[in-house]
Amino acid sequence: MMRLVVALFLIMAGPAIAVQPDEVLDDPVLEERAREISAGLRCLVCRNESIDESNAELARDLRLLVRERLVAGDSDEQTVAFIVDRYGEYVLLRPTLTGSNIVLYLAPFALLLLGGGLALVYVRSRADSPAPSEAALSPEEQARLKDLMGE
Amino acid sequence: MIVELGHFALILAFMVAIFQMVVPMIGAYRGNAAWMAVADPAATTQFLLTGFSFAALTYAFVTSDFSLSLVVGNSHTLKPMLYKISGVWGNHEGSLLLWVLILTLFGAMAAWFGGNLPPTLKARVLAVQSSVSVAFFAFILFTSNPFLRLDFPPFDGQDLNPLLQDPGLAFHPPFLYLGYVGLSMSFSFAVAALIEGRVDAAWGRWVRPWTLAAWVFLTIGIGLGSWWAYYELGWGGFWFWDPVENASLMPWLIAAALLHSAIVVEKREALKSWTILLAILAFGFSLIGTFIVRSGVLTSVHAFANDPERGIFILMILGVFMGGALLLFALRAGVMEAKGVFSTVSRESGLVLNNLLLAVSTFVVFIGTIWPLIAEMFFDRTLSVGPPFFNMAFTPFVFGVAVALPIAAMMPWKRAGIGRPLRALVPAMILALAVGLLTWAMFTGRSALSPIGVALSVWLVAGAVVDIWTRTGRGAIGGRIARLWRLPRADWGKAVAHAGVGLTMFGVTALTGYQVEDIRVAQEGVPYRVGAYEIELLSVEQNVQGPNYISTMGHLAVRDAETGREIALVHPERRIYPVAGMPTTEAGIDSGITRDLYLTLGDPQVGGGWAVRTWIKPFANWIWGGAIIMALGGVLSLTDRRYRVAAGAAKTVEPPKAVPAE
Repeated sequence: MMRLVVALFLIMAGPAIAVQPDEVLDDPVLEERAREISAGLRCLVCRNESIDESNAELARDLRLLVRERLVAGDSDEQTVAFIVDRYGEYVLLRPTLTGSNIVLYLAPFALLLLGGGLALVYVRSRADSPAPSEAALSPEEQARLKDLMGE
Repeated sequence: MIVELGHFALILAFMVAIFQMVVPMIGAYRGNAAWMAVADPAATTQFLLTGFSFAALTYAFVTSDFSLSLVVGNSHTLKPMLYKISGVWGNHEGSLLLWVLILTLFGAMAAWFGGNLPPTLKARVLAVQSSVSVAFFAFILFTSNPFLRLDFPPFDGQDLNPLLQDPGLAFHPPFLYLGYVGLSMSFSFAVAALIEGRVDAAWGRWVRPWTLAAWVFLTIGIGLGSWWAYYELGWGGFWFWDPVENASLMPWLIAAALLHSAIVVEKREALKSWTILLAILAFGFSLIGTFIVRSGVLTSVHAFANDPERGIFILMILGVFMGGALLLFALRAGVMEAKGVFSTVSRESGLVLNNLLLAVSTFVVFIGTIWPLIAEMFFDRTLSVGPPFFNMAFTPFVFGVAVALPIAAMMPWKRAGIGRPLRALVPAMILALAVGLLTWAMFTGRSALSPIGVALSVWLVAGAVVDIWTRTGRGAIGGRIARLWRLPRADWGKAVAHAGVGLTMFGVTALTGYQVEDIRVAQEGVPYRVGAYEIELLSVEQNVQGPNYISTMGHLAVRDAETGREIALVHPERRIYPVAGMPTTEAGIDSGITRDLYLTLGDPQVGGGWAVRTWIKPFANWIWGGAIIMALGGVLSLTDRRYRVAAGAAKTVEPPKAVPAE
């Protein structure tokens, strides 16, 4: 469905390049901030593209909106909040660290700690365990292994 | 007629697969040699039948047989021959047929070259491999049949998605599938070993070449996809953290981990149950990848609902194979007792660290990819997880791997002091720090992440050089150089692959940290300056007729801003494919070793002139160059004397020849 929407959209809009020359702000500092913010906002009609990368008309509108807010003197946070208020948190490419999203941010570290702990226990146990008996393989098996190893 | 034969061959292959799944397994259980032996011809037959079926579908595409609904939907008479052929796998049904073709090819190769496997293990491996084929044959025949005819064939097709009409993308899926499906072999070995109840050094040796081959194919496949995205999508990005991309990155990371842990099984008979688990998970992620791409569930939850039959079928396949294998693992993992003893500081521990970091980074990609789905299903939040999250969460683990890799790679087995490898690596360390500081000083005021990335890349490449050089022992330089060429290919493979990681990392860091961008309205004949280059829009040609598209083509000259010497002429295009009704952009790129000049043409402007975007992308080609070098390292390692799988198979036929002592 989404793809169909995108396809229809592109037919109507015709190809364009992401940021148009007429969008660029005269103040390079503001423009830099606008680009930074745009890279973190999702183009709503595209497949996983930020408004900074997207060719869609809606992305252009959002880019202009971002610049409008910045020129009006909003801070970066205020600008993002302005857009999120209107389009929902779906537009944020980096989810906020709130509510259930805390799981998303903490899970990798939890797994790292857990895995690291287990790995450490394992490595320690290997260091302490007695040397294995070489008789674990039968003589035929030893011979076959040697043969397979090409030695 | 040929199409019907292809359809029939596919059904026959399905029957053979069921037979091969059941009979050898019972044979291995009862110790019946004849029942076990049928696996070999069955695997070959399965491959030949699937091959015929695939050839039949290709024939339909080549001859533009529009009585086939698949050909109508994905081909057109005006399309160049290459893309008629690549159209076979440029769609759901055909790509699945390619999937099983590769699956049966790997099965057949295990039958052909597995002569030195113990007969029961071989029978079980082939039976498990065939059970995967059964699931996918059923999937194709019952939900995604490519051989469906139309009652009223149209005069012409609807064309392939123009974005897919590209040499990079023509070969991207086959390589990726070779990788995905190659991991099925590691999976079959793992499950067979669990049924068999034993994992030893020899098992590690059999599994490693398959995993290595799969990893090499995945590396090439992902590299091709990234390169394609770079030049085709029009703004020179190389990785977008798209669910479909992540689906290929996860098996790659797990395969890299498996590759390394299988070394520990082979050399030191430790990490056995972990390696088995990785082998199961690696294929699990391949299946998840297939599910993500094929069901469209992560593009949009609603896309899944549009075609629930296929999505649920793949989910069932995933559930049965992962559930079954993990249950088996839980029941049998206890029997795999580790033997090797090693101290806390040793190559073994280094490889454990490698596995930890790769596994956690895989998990980062995984949770980020499925989080929107979880949030929507359980927390009723519609949200996105995009590049800013992945860049933030994934980069620390990459940096961690990069810091540890050169040191761990040089530590000896069993027990090691950390001092010796560190001392050998001092020159690499100094070089890395120097280059990092220089980069930092050259571009003051930017993020500190990029100089760190540059330093770590240098550390990786220099570390690989030190590693291979240290392998030559002591003595005169001349003797050591001579010894360098006689080192085992596996040693070379290791150093080359590790250096490749460094090169890719360098390209990625340079491109993301230091690219220069310019957006402007360019007037014809008025040159302007970007960085050290002078750019002039010479002319714009409209209505250029391509084979099945119409193009607006810009002609731009790039000159050295100081001397005025012409460096390149580039021709960015905007194409419209009338049949598919879709526009695409073709960037004009002047590739170089130290930088790419990347130009795209935009809309004509009201007041005259054209919108033109110019990027100077430093060291862009190193990203894919590094990937090729990684793959080359894998190939070198694969051709090591020890892994000549075919040579091993030949031995069972001929009496072993005397091998000169080494």
